[in-house]
Amino acid sequence: MDPLILARAQFAANITFHILFPTITIALGWLLMFFRWRWLRTHDGAWLAAYRFWTKVFALSFALGVVSGITMSFQFGTNWPGFMEKAGNVAGPLLGYEVLTAFFLEAGFLGVMLFGHGRVSERIHMMASFFVAFGTTVSAFWILALNSWMQTPAGHEVIDGVFHVKSWAEVLFNPSFPYRFTHMLLASGLTCAFLMAGLSAWQLLRGQAERSAPKVMRVGLTVAALLIPVQIFVGDLHGLNTLKHQPQKIAAMEGVWETERGAPLLLFAVPDDKARTNHFEIAIPKMASLVLTHDADGEIKGLNDFPDAHPPAAPLFFAFRVMVGMGVLMLLVSWVGWWMGRRVGWAPQRLSRGLLWVLAGMSFSGWVATVAGWYVTEIGRQPFIVYGLLRTADVAATTVPSSMIALSLAMYVTLYLALIVAYVSVLKYMAEKPEDVIEPDALERAEGRAAAALAKGSAT
Amino acid sequence: MTFDQSLPLIFMALMGISMLVYVISDGYDLGVGLLMPRANATEKDVLIASIGPFWDANETWLVLGIGILLIAFPKAHGLVLTQLYLPVTLMLIGLMLRGVAFDFRVKAKDVHKATWDRLFFAGSLLASMSQGWMLGRYISGFGSGWNYPVFAAAIALALPAAYVLLGAAWLIMKTEGELQRKAIRWAKLAWWPVVVGMVLISLSTPWISATVRQRWFELPAIIALSAIPLTTAIALVAARLVLDRPIVRKELCWLPFVLLIAVFVFGFLGLAYSIYPFVVIDQLTIWQAASSPAALKVILIGVCISVPAIAAYTVFSYRVFWGKATELRYG
Ligand code: HDD
Ligand code: HEM
Ligand code: HEM
Repeated sequence: MDPLILARAQFAANITFHILFPTITIALGWLLMFFRWRWLRTHDGAWLAAYRFWTKVFALSFALGVVSGITMSFQFGTNWPGFMEKAGNVAGPLLGYEVLTAFFLEAGFLGVMLFGHGRVSERIHMMASFFVAFGTTVSAFWILALNSWMQTPAGHEVIDGVFHVKSWAEVLFNPSFPYRFTHMLLASGLTCAFLMAGLSAWQLLRGQAERSAPKVMRVGLTVAALLIPVQIFVGDLHGLNTLKHQPQKIAAMEGVWETERGAPLLLFAVPDDKARTNHFEIAIPKMASLVLTHDADGEIKGLNDFPDAHPPAAPLFFAFRVMVGMGVLMLLVSWVGWWMGRRVGWAPQRLSRGLLWVLAGMSFSGWVATVAGWYVTEIGRQPFIVYGLLRTADVAATTVPSSMIALSLAMYVTLYLALIVAYVSVLKYMAEKPEDVIEPDALERAEGRAAAALAKGSAT
Repeated sequence: MTFDQSLPLIFMALMGISMLVYVISDGYDLGVGLLMPRANATEKDVLIASIGPFWDANETWLVLGIGILLIAFPKAHGLVLTQLYLPVTLMLIGLMLRGVAFDFRVKAKDVHKATWDRLFFAGSLLASMSQGWMLGRYISGFGSGWNYPVFAAAIALALPAAYVLLGAAWLIMKTEGELQRKAIRWAKLAWWPVVVGMVLISLSTPWISATVRQRWFELPAIIALSAIPLTTAIALVAARLVLDRPIVRKELCWLPFVLLIAVFVFGFLGLAYSIYPFVVIDQLTIWQAASSPAALKVILIGVCISVPAIAAYTVFSYRVFWGKATELRYG
């Protein structure tokens, strides 16, 4: 098989696996601080139980994020040697700053955050937790700056085919970066919120953790209900920005082949990249023009205007609908769920079982939307690696035989599938047997310790 | 040399130091992983507890080392990593297995714990053997011929042995009682293979690479340079002698570990001398491989600010978990 296709498939497999875990850890770090703070304020053991349980989820997700991230840092060199040779002056410092400012911060304080209780004061512990949460967010900042620059390059000049930076401010805050960064952080918040609500709902269905699960579920639903309208709004702005800078991506997302005024919004269709047309269209007339240009007769450029330089339509078309569909579903579930929960005062016995089942089913909905969103973004950039300037085909590894890439791809995919199964089943097991993972006596000892630490803190 | 010309040199030094810190720090925790099958069920928990708070930060040094190779020497990064494609993949799979096994084992059903322990060992073995193989391929400049793979295979066996020795020394420092006694025995067992491996490698490196031969075996350099192998030998022998003294179980429990760090540092210095000024021996010099001075300067600013901070909080973290390893609990 073509080594380029294999290299792309391998990169896609690795980053897809990797992003599952950052999406959880970025927001979970902050939510853990919230749980801890609630426990210190209220002395309600349920918050401590929630903290301890979700710390374990965090540790597990973090470990998977780290090991798959280490793989990612090798992938640039193994799969795209030409990319670093040509764009290294831009990508290098961004990746470098990520390691220096974010990875070490997270990794350095992780030990204290996870195992430091009783060894350091509550205050130092909070500080360590803050650095870990802050580190994950900073890491997202750098890597998304790089990715956004690859989408909408700015602040550089090209001399003899090599990129040189003219203005770091423009590179960092390139046109799509603010949207992408916000959209991704919100995606992380939503993923985490639905995971919390879902696992807690599962615990309630199984009659577990009667005291902490309703609290966590309430936090999850509240966060979700607050974030999802913002996410939809930001997503819309993101789309408008993309229309301005990457019109062929939008054309593929909307399945528009010919440039037209008053383009219809396709609810369903099967774009056919060979015949360059859509089958089975169900459309709302003029709607796409209205949404994208805020004018019913606005012009949308079609794919045929970009011969040889546009992405495949079908994957974008479907991935985009999966993401947006998930977003709409999230809006519905979080608002209705919050309202239903509030009506019964979040009392575990009175929560509707139907709601609990829906929430449990949505536990990993954030993953689906996030991965779909990234596929839109990344496949939509094809055939370029740096949009409009550098083609993916020109930077791929040419010296590695395709059999070798195929072999390593097979190994990675097998391992990843096994690890995802292990991760989900361990989460399920932990949710069903919280007392196995949170030793009750340890809980009491920690309560005693924290109370002592607090007393000491207020005395000094 | 102008500042622009010395920039690649600074980054080469940084990369070397990151790799050295990586090999020592992840070395002891890989070594502990390799010792897992020899410990009983409760001892396994202590083994894990002794490295629990550190392994993530340890592996971050690998990310930094590879990061600098990628950022500062993009040409070399492409060349080295495409040459080492398969062993890199195997190492990554090994690191993944052990990283997750480590976390899964405490959260899994009891029946699965043994499986995760086995994976932890297997991952540690796979990672350390592939690292040895890569090191062997790297110092011999990716040469072809029957003797090169043999050489790489020898290092693929020697490096895990060295990690075991380091891991055992770490455990002597971090444990007490019966487990500490066992750790001393493990260290003694691992000592001979390490010595044999080091002697073989020292003899065969000059044989396999003409460049290395020239750099070491010329007068008067050889006299000054003999300090490196001599100090290494003294540290190794001293470590062995200390292992037989009762005091190693008490006040001096840290001594073997420190002596072994010295062995690694001097081994590294020898290696650095053999390779300099190449990034890829006989193929690419530091200056040929470096990226533009402008980009390097931008990173250097970050390095100057963050490396002291990293050092400070690494020390902080080691102090928090100072002393003998106790059971780890999530607070
Ligand atoms: C939006 C967020 C995001 C994205 C798009 C990526 N990462 Fe990531 N990465 C993180 C967010 C993150 C994180 C939140 O910082 C992680 C996940 C869990 C963790 O431990 O840190 C992390 C871990 C992590 C690590 C381990 C760090 C350590 O040792 O502590 C490496 C080497 C990378 N990543 C590298 C990459 C590369 C090369 C990427 C792109 C191709 C990438 N990540 C995409
Ligand atoms: C985090 C979520 C991400 C996901 C799920 C993702 C997904 C993908 C996919 C599916 C491809 C293959 C596209 C194709 O070949 O058709 C790809 C390519 C690529 N992505 Fe991403 N990506 C993510 C983030 C990033 C980031 C943050 C960067 C860089 C900073 C990045 C850099 C690249 C590169 C270099 C390629 C290979 C060249 C190419 O095919 O264009 N990706 N990614
Ligand atoms: C329902 C309304 C939504 C709209 C209109 C929307 C819009 C968009 C658009 C246009 C892009 C592509 C941007 C580009 O490549 O230039 C995108 C990407 C993305 N979306 Fe959404 N989105 C929505 C909901 C969601 C939800 C609910 C999630 C996750 C929980 C999500 C996660 C992502 C991610 C992770 C990306 C890739 C990163 C990025 O480019 O920002 N989106 N979204």
